[in-house]
Amino acid sequence: METPNPNIKMWQGNVACAEGALAAGCRFFAGYPITPSSEIAEVLSLRLPKLGGNFIQMEDEIAAMGATIGASLGGVKAMTATSGPGFSLKQENIGFAAMAEIPCVVVNVQRGGPSTGLPTHAAQGDVMQARWGTHGDHPIIALAPGSVRETYDMTVKAFNLAEKYRTPVILLSDEIVGHLTEKVEVPPIESLGLTDRKKPTVPPEQYRPYEMDSSDIPPMANFGEGYRYHVTGLAHDETGFPTNNPEKIQAQLERLNRKIERYRDEIVEVEVQYTEDAEILVISFGSTARSVRRAVINAREQGIKAGLLRLKTIWPFPGKEIEAISASVRKIIVAEMNLGQLAHEVEWATRRSKPVVRINKINGEPITPNEIFNAIIRQD
Amino acid sequence: MDYLYYLRQDKMPHIWCDGCGHGIILKSILRCVDKLGWDKNDIALVSGIGCSSRTPGYVDFNTLHTTHGRALAFATGLKIANPKLHVIVVSGDGDATAIGGNHFIHAARRNIDITMIIYNNYIYGMTGGQVSPTTPAHKKASTAPYGNPDEPFDISRLAQAAGATYVARSTVYHVGKMDNYIGNALQKTGFSVVEILTPCPTSYGRRNKEGNGVDMMRYQKENTIGIEKAKNMSAEALAGKIVTGVFVDKEQESYLNRYNEVIKKAQSGV
Amino acid sequence: MKKNVVIKINESWCKSCEICVSFCPKKVYDMGQFYPIVARPEECTGCKLCEKLCPDFAIQIIIPEETKKTK
Repeated sequence: METPNPNIKMWQGNVACAEGALAAGCRFFAGYPITPSSEIAEVLSLRLPKLGGNFIQMEDEIAAMGATIGASLGGVKAMTATSGPGFSLKQENIGFAAMAEIPCVVVNVQRGGPSTGLPTHAAQGDVMQARWGTHGDHPIIALAPGSVRETYDMTVKAFNLAEKYRTPVILLSDEIVGHLTEKVEVPPIESLGLTDRKKPTVPPEQYRPYEMDSSDIPPMANFGEGYRYHVTGLAHDETGFPTNNPEKIQAQLERLNRKIERYRDEIVEVEVQYTEDAEILVISFGSTARSVRRAVINAREQGIKAGLLRLKTIWPFPGKEIEAISASVRKIIVAEMNLGQLAHEVEWATRRSKPVVRINKINGEPITPNEIFNAIIRQD
Repeated sequence: MDYLYYLRQDKMPHIWCDGCGHGIILKSILRCVDKLGWDKNDIALVSGIGCSSRTPGYVDFNTLHTTHGRALAFATGLKIANPKLHVIVVSGDGDATAIGGNHFIHAARRNIDITMIIYNNYIYGMTGGQVSPTTPAHKKASTAPYGNPDEPFDISRLAQAAGATYVARSTVYHVGKMDNYIGNALQKTGFSVVEILTPCPTSYGRRNKEGNGVDMMRYQKENTIGIEKAKNMSAEALAGKIVTGVFVDKEQESYLNRYNEVIKKAQSGV
Repeated sequence: MKKNVVIKINESWCKSCEICVSFCPKKVYDMGQFYPIVARPEECTGCKLCEKLCPDFAIQIIIPEETKKTK
């Protein structure tokens, strides 16, 4: 009998998320129990102390988000995980992380909403909340895994992006991916491209935590490293102190938003399949893309030129990619477990130049391959 | 003692009104830190939102001005991530016991290694004098124009009941006591709370005809009773009096020590 | 009276709250038109209550012997 490969695991999506976080160097997790994300907390409560890290179950979702930011400022890669109602509660502090430019990862294993909704059923209704859940103009990155292995990879990527761009990154999973169990071949750690925040190279007295340098991403000192600076959610200038100076506020907030937009090509990832000659393009993300893949393969088997475009990055929005890939198709189908949050963006990205057919389901049930196949063959 | 060594002098004068006691508390914190000889690089001062929460901006430590009520949550993560930091949270009565009330009782329950200094002025000052969880019953506020229908929290008793290892209350007038309490709290392992009563002449004193900062501090001077003496006094005799002193001073294993045990267990495979 | 006590008032930080004037045990201060005045410096014992109670960091009490000790 062959020796089993220790790198082959049977993991649930939420377990892969926890393991991906550990591989990325996450050594602090603060959470609060909520279905369907609790396994992430449970695994990390077991695993983190083994690695000398810290798990803490906070008194509420808001505290979990706050502690995550605090830990990151203390120099430790930090994450929290939640679902719909908890994601709503975390929004104010997510805005703080965006404004103060503190790297952190927030996992949202989406469930049915609004309100308490469907705790044990999947949905993809937090697309817009991930983008605009907190008030004010702010940058955000959101990634949507479609498999267990990808949950692992994307959790690692979420940390890498958070560190590189000094920003909160949302991992927008869903109940199906989170609770799906699949075989995962764990990649070697050297392949993960682990990234750490850029540190200041100047002496403390010259350090400007929100410097307007050419990269738009200022170096970040951790608290306790001799750089005594001020961090606030108030509008601030390059020194980090609050200001009412309109020019400085405008410049800082423009930089804050620009720092993600200008690097969007390095951030955005999509997956395409059968798109070279596609006449019908099905756009989707997360668990729904699994049904799309089946439907597209079925269509191809019947000689129908269908293609798949799966958004791995939701924010910044892959509008450019959608526009390019859909240029030669005659019909676009957007399948999503919400009432058209993605479809609306797709229509914008394609300037409504193609008919966009929507497949929407919000009853907790997944969209089936058949439903998508029927939309592909339907004469619209 | 040179206060200026600890101040970000270019941010002065501070925003607090004339007669506000917040600056007196800040000075006491600085005296205590100076006496302890702590390195400025090793101190993190964390706050939420409100008048008191503007304190960190003026002090040359690692300073973190968080969201309303959430200072303890941020501070908890920070302390765990870097236990070498002395983490001090400053908060107001509204910040600490209304919007941040849950974090307050849980920090005490958890016995996280943080010192919290609560500036209690019975009012939301920064937003213009709205009623707070410590506004005494029947007192007026901009949102209690007919008098406060609620009973107030006793912050120190709340901290005591929730499990803090050190709890003390002083007024800003009694600077000697304040220095003692804050100094003790800073040296305590676990969650320590010092509640300081501080006048808000602008938003509270004026509306309740209690005069200016001087008048309000004179009231503190003349109406404060030590906790030991207060134990033998009737409720009637204590009406309108301020009870100060050390409410709790006990030894209890702190959160960080407990979690180090968790790490040991996890790593030994038990 | 303590010898050579220097009382410095930083008028640019003072907000004229009169706490120093009101609580100095020896009534060293009077209120001037805008700022406190050190009216009776000879009464000062160097207790530093005014310095500790000044919320605006606007009073500095310098006692020469102490300065020597710390330096």
